[in-house]
Amino acid sequence: MIRKVRSHQTQNENLLFERSSPGKKGYQLPPLDVPGVDPAAALGATNVRREITDFPEVSEVEIIRHFTRLSTWNYAIDLGMYPLGSCTMKYNPRLNEHVARIAGLAQAHPYQPEELAQGAMRVQVQLEQYLAEITGMDGVTLQPAAGAHGEQTGILLIRAYLESQGDARKKVLIPDSAHGTNPATAAIAGYEVEEIASNSEGMIDLEALERAVDDSVAALMVTNPNTVGIFERDIAKAAQILHAKGAQLYMDGANMNALVGIARPGDFGVDVMHLNLHKTFSTPHGGGGPGAGPVAVKSHLVPHLPIPRITESGGRLSYQYDLPQSIGRVRAFYGNFGVLLRALAYILAHGGDGLRNATIDAVMNANYIRKGIEDRYELPYKAPSMHECVFSDHKQTKAGVKTGDIAKRLIDYGFHPYTVSFPMIVHGALMIEPTETESKQELDLFIDALRSIADEVENDPELVKTAPHSTRTKRVNETLAARRPILRWQPPAEEKQAAD
Amino acid sequence: MLAALGMGSAEELFSHLPADVKLGRPLNIPAGQSEYEIIEYFDKLAAENANGYASFLGAGVYRHFRPVVIDPLATRGEFLTAYTPYQAEISQGVLTTIFEFQTMIAQLTGMDVANASMYDGSTAVPEAGMMAVRITRRDKLLVAKTLHPEYREVLATYGRHQTLPVDTVEYDPESGQLDLEDLEAKLDDETAAVIVQSPNFFGVIDKTREAAEIAHRHGALLVLIFTEAASLGLLEPTYEADIVAGEMQSFAHPPSYGGPFVGVLATKEKNIRQMPGRLVGETLDEEGNRAFCLTLSTREQHIRRAKATSNICTNQALIALMATIYMSVFGKQGLRELAEQNLSKAHYLAEQIGTNGGRLAFNAPFFNEFVVRTNGAGAAAVNRHALDDKIIGGLELGRFYPELEDALLVCATEVNKRDEMDRYATKFSG
Repeated sequence: MIRKVRSHQTQNENLLFERSSPGKKGYQLPPLDVPGVDPAAALGATNVRREITDFPEVSEVEIIRHFTRLSTWNYAIDLGMYPLGSCTMKYNPRLNEHVARIAGLAQAHPYQPEELAQGAMRVQVQLEQYLAEITGMDGVTLQPAAGAHGEQTGILLIRAYLESQGDARKKVLIPDSAHGTNPATAAIAGYEVEEIASNSEGMIDLEALERAVDDSVAALMVTNPNTVGIFERDIAKAAQILHAKGAQLYMDGANMNALVGIARPGDFGVDVMHLNLHKTFSTPHGGGGPGAGPVAVKSHLVPHLPIPRITESGGRLSYQYDLPQSIGRVRAFYGNFGVLLRALAYILAHGGDGLRNATIDAVMNANYIRKGIEDRYELPYKAPSMHECVFSDHKQTKAGVKTGDIAKRLIDYGFHPYTVSFPMIVHGALMIEPTETESKQELDLFIDALRSIADEVENDPELVKTAPHSTRTKRVNETLAARRPILRWQPPAEEKQAAD
Repeated sequence: MLAALGMGSAEELFSHLPADVKLGRPLNIPAGQSEYEIIEYFDKLAAENANGYASFLGAGVYRHFRPVVIDPLATRGEFLTAYTPYQAEISQGVLTTIFEFQTMIAQLTGMDVANASMYDGSTAVPEAGMMAVRITRRDKLLVAKTLHPEYREVLATYGRHQTLPVDTVEYDPESGQLDLEDLEAKLDDETAAVIVQSPNFFGVIDKTREAAEIAHRHGALLVLIFTEAASLGLLEPTYEADIVAGEMQSFAHPPSYGGPFVGVLATKEKNIRQMPGRLVGETLDEEGNRAFCLTLSTREQHIRRAKATSNICTNQALIALMATIYMSVFGKQGLRELAEQNLSKAHYLAEQIGTNGGRLAFNAPFFNEFVVRTNGAGAAAVNRHALDDKIIGGLELGRFYPELEDALLVCATEVNKRDEMDRYATKFSG
């Protein structure tokens, strides 16, 4: 039975371009207080455009209705549980939004004099210090704009360090359970990728690693807990194997929500890692960004961090640019400052104990879900779960139902689906990450939903295979979109002819 | 809940972790604080920044008026707290706004298609460069010295590790525009793309059409970069460009000390499959209704892994949404009027500075920022005087261009008032 939702009306809405009519306007500008300049005279007539063809013209109330209506077509954490594995969809405190909009911070220009930017610089220093404590590392750069950008920065740091030791080396090892960004990143940083098969427990195979590591290997990129939600028990031994051959250990911090306050990568042999502030530290995901991907490193990598670095002398902060061993810049200015502010607010609100408690709740919630459905869904790896649990659709495929179908049916039950078909080492994966945000009530509803869907698969598989049934948009034809890409709006053909 | 798991304490959740990896002590971070205390803390930090100053800084980050409707709409929880729209059936809101964003960027830039956004303008440059490398199967880049210096630094970081040599094209010291002879001389049959910014870092409208003609003659692409989106409302697009990439901060976000902003990348239809980043496409749902979804993802890292066109996963959807709202508020007429106001303010300021002894460094047309030589007064001294009058002056260019040690890059937008422009101009009289 579906207990969590029932249907309500949603408004239809056209595209802005279809709402547009000539002469409508939603903007106001103050009168110009200087003499007007003729564009053609100032810029040259050939440099001035006639108009922005087909650009919309709409009124303010139409804009309000347009975006409000569209917003109601979205699912979001603010509506309910969003157990997208590896994405850490936790509650985004509105306090974060408030502090990011304080005028002296939001209006600060990156080139304003340092003596008039001490507050903005202090934010960075404070956040770097907390992130170093949380990760057990020695230095942090806040410049990378997102997780994958942090990975790239981290691998470039490793390259710069190895170069300073005489040889940048050729290969990066990546477990077959890794996020797709890992191999893509290694390739962008100029490395060959060698995949390492996981062992029967879904963990790093130490023997395979031992065989693979030689002096052509720059690093191993590992996610811990890994993408199956399992803590890599032998991580410290893996680090020893790498370090013995002069290679580095990179940790993808996507799953750091399982470790904060419990274990620190710097204490188990990691040389460099990135954090996703939009995941672990609650800055919102915003429909796909902005994120921030700070990188934390051990002391031997600190000289290579991107410029500028901040130094403190006599209580005054200043930027340091003249660092010859630095990899250079990875982004203009100082990173996604507004996202950094939000993460700092989150850390201050929680404090050390609160951060640890959040981790405990996140791990407890994942294990509670695991316990609640493990008799109905196949659990391919039995090792204890951390912040997420990964099942497969093995039992359901007998009725012709796949993980993607179960995901779509979950929508009818009022939930955002889990992560579908990832990690690749689990065939037909259901990757479920509840985060600490969810109450027992919400978790019980989720467990009931998945159990009920398991019943439906046995009794009425068509119901599941044709889901969702209750959404305003039914199953979307993705094949059609890819075969005949329409990536922008165009005026209807007859209108175009009339205009010509 | 612990009881349901058969556990007596929370510690048992972690009993499988080897003892030597566990922290075994509390984090050295102070106890959690209340909302009130945290706001007070950030208010105090904000007070240590500039407050109540007029400013003439631009240089890639611009101060523009943001209509009030942007934030209430963009911070609706359904937008703010959703993620990448993998599940199209319950993500039509964000998918539709991205489709509108892609359309408006294509319209503004004169390109056929645009992607769902990039991290920012600076990182869009190497992504555009690598895209050109894939398209031409050549592996050298030529970049104008008048591309934002920090963008060039980012490109150098990316290029260094991909055996992607990047050479610089000089600017003409009279006009501040691309030195076309130097461009012609440095182009060869290994050059994948010429990367040019317009308005360039000096605020000057550059010779993009001529650069495109020369690049194409040598089989290279023209990558056009912009940092000031407000210029798009007035400037004729360079239809001859192959890739247009840039920064939409002006239409989306306050300066916010440098981020988060939103980059864009647009191109011709034939290059779609070499584009980095997310793309939203139009399709139908099972009932035949129009619907949108992420598409052409076979280019991307989660499918192609090491062979992907880019490692990008996250984009800047929320900031792109802010830009979409901004652009719909201003619309066709408003973007034009806004650009004309910027043009008029900057020309007024340039004139006032001129009458006070400053001298325009370049003679080519400019949009809303310009380089001015301080004629002996010294760039730092002018700005020091200005600070005493609660004015943050233009960027001292010596830090990026030693030959322009005495020059300032000055920007005026619609938010600069006549009175503050008059006051700043007097500081140039020495």
